[in-house]
Amino acid sequence: MDPVEFLSKLEKTTIMAVEFDGGVVMGADSRTTTGAYIANRVTDKLTPIHERIFCCRSGSAADTQAIADAVTYQLGFHSIELDEAPLVQTAASLFRDMCYRYREELMAGIIVAGWDPRRGGQVYTVPVGGMMTRQPVSVGGSGSSYIYGYVDSNYRPAMSKEECLKFTAEALTLAMERDGSSGGVVRLAVISEQGVERQVILGNQLPKFSTV
Amino acid sequence: MATVSVCQYHRGGFSFENCKRNALLEADINKLGFSSPAARKTGTTICGVVYKDGVVLGADTRATEGMVVADKNCSKIHYISPNVYCCGAGTAADTEMTTQIISSNLELHSLSTGRLPRVATANRMLKQMLFRYQGYIGAALVLGGVDCTGPHLYSIYPHGSTDKLPYVTMGSGSLAAMAVFEDRYRPNMEEEEAKRLVRDAIAAGIFNDLGSGSNIDLCVITKGKVDYLRPHDVANKKGVREDKIYGRPVTGNYRYKHGTTGVLAKTVTPLNLEVVEENVQTMDTS
Repeated sequence: MDPVEFLSKLEKTTIMAVEFDGGVVMGADSRTTTGAYIANRVTDKLTPIHERIFCCRSGSAADTQAIADAVTYQLGFHSIELDEAPLVQTAASLFRDMCYRYREELMAGIIVAGWDPRRGGQVYTVPVGGMMTRQPVSVGGSGSSYIYGYVDSNYRPAMSKEECLKFTAEALTLAMERDGSSGGVVRLAVISEQGVERQVILGNQLPKFSTV
Repeated sequence: MATVSVCQYHRGGFSFENCKRNALLEADINKLGFSSPAARKTGTTICGVVYKDGVVLGADTRATEGMVVADKNCSKIHYISPNVYCCGAGTAADTEMTTQIISSNLELHSLSTGRLPRVATANRMLKQMLFRYQGYIGAALVLGGVDCTGPHLYSIYPHGSTDKLPYVTMGSGSLAAMAVFEDRYRPNMEEEEAKRLVRDAIAAGIFNDLGSGSNIDLCVITKGKVDYLRPHDVANKKGVREDKIYGRPVTGNYRYKHGTTGVLAKTVTPLNLEVVEENVQTMDTS
């Protein structure tokens, strides 16, 4: 008769980010589970870190929320000191420092993406363990295993913003179909010099693939 | 940069100093054949909903210690600030103390800022404290209130993660209550409809979950007003035993009626006692 909350809440998830010329497209599913119960079916896993820097969170909900809050504070302070917009690489480094230092205690897989004036759109991945690397396209979470093939075969460099949105939405849909820990709605965000545009694709509006 | 709370000074990083000691103590106790006392848990149903003018929080009133009901009418909706209340599920002591600590810190913070506290502030304080204790504080909370930015509702889990949603349920009866919410929730409900919805959700938890029971408490928070309805609904009325016979209540009277046992023979032997010595000692009533 133990209450459900004593199991830790996980965002086992599917998350993804793609660079294009002029910005990045980020996407995530919306499911948070406690054991077999879906604690939140409309989670927002795309968390703003700064005006034009977001992160996709996967792993333990508590750990990633706490890390994101800490990095948001550190980056905001750094940006005020510098009196200019922070670099995406700085944000990613802050994530990496925290995830590596406390690697034994944390379970967090994070994709940092955004736009800065110096290097344009960038995607950095900080998986469990605390490595950091820049990639043009990155997937993460438990559902990512199912879409590596799709991403590798369908990604082309120099895609436009609309192509990236379609690519991300379709990849996430395929992962959500196959992974039990991912589902709900698809949340998308486009970050560019102009700012941030956010979208939600509801369950019945997801792209349809052949049902076998 | 500095926080305004005064209660605890915390160093950076995680401190697991006492875990080893606790494990050794537990092993020692088990060797002697005793078990460490189980924490009293509120196997519970708590929930909250955001409606047109504010939030409605609801809770059952049963506190269990293992399989026994320890308290038939405990209060699970805790005061945080005049405009923010918090329902608590999980270990009863943890929810009680956690909410009191944050309530105290929030009052100091409010005096320092000179403003009515915001729900988001209470949420931050709670999640940061629970994360610091890495889930060892078994407090699962539903935090709701109305501040200058409008009505807000959060669910806070023992490990320190939070969700901001229009309707939330927690506790062992949360699945039953969520079923009711998923069926009947609409955005921008009127107050009566919202109260009925929360009442029905808690009732679902009470009647379908063994860990929840007794009465339904409600707390309706709007801008400038809080209605703490305890109890809002006595869902389980205790029955009254058979009424009176011969003008005396039958309950608690275990004497048999005259004539129940037939008397066959009766012998009376008088005992003549003489008073030999009388000794009076006054009671010391100073």
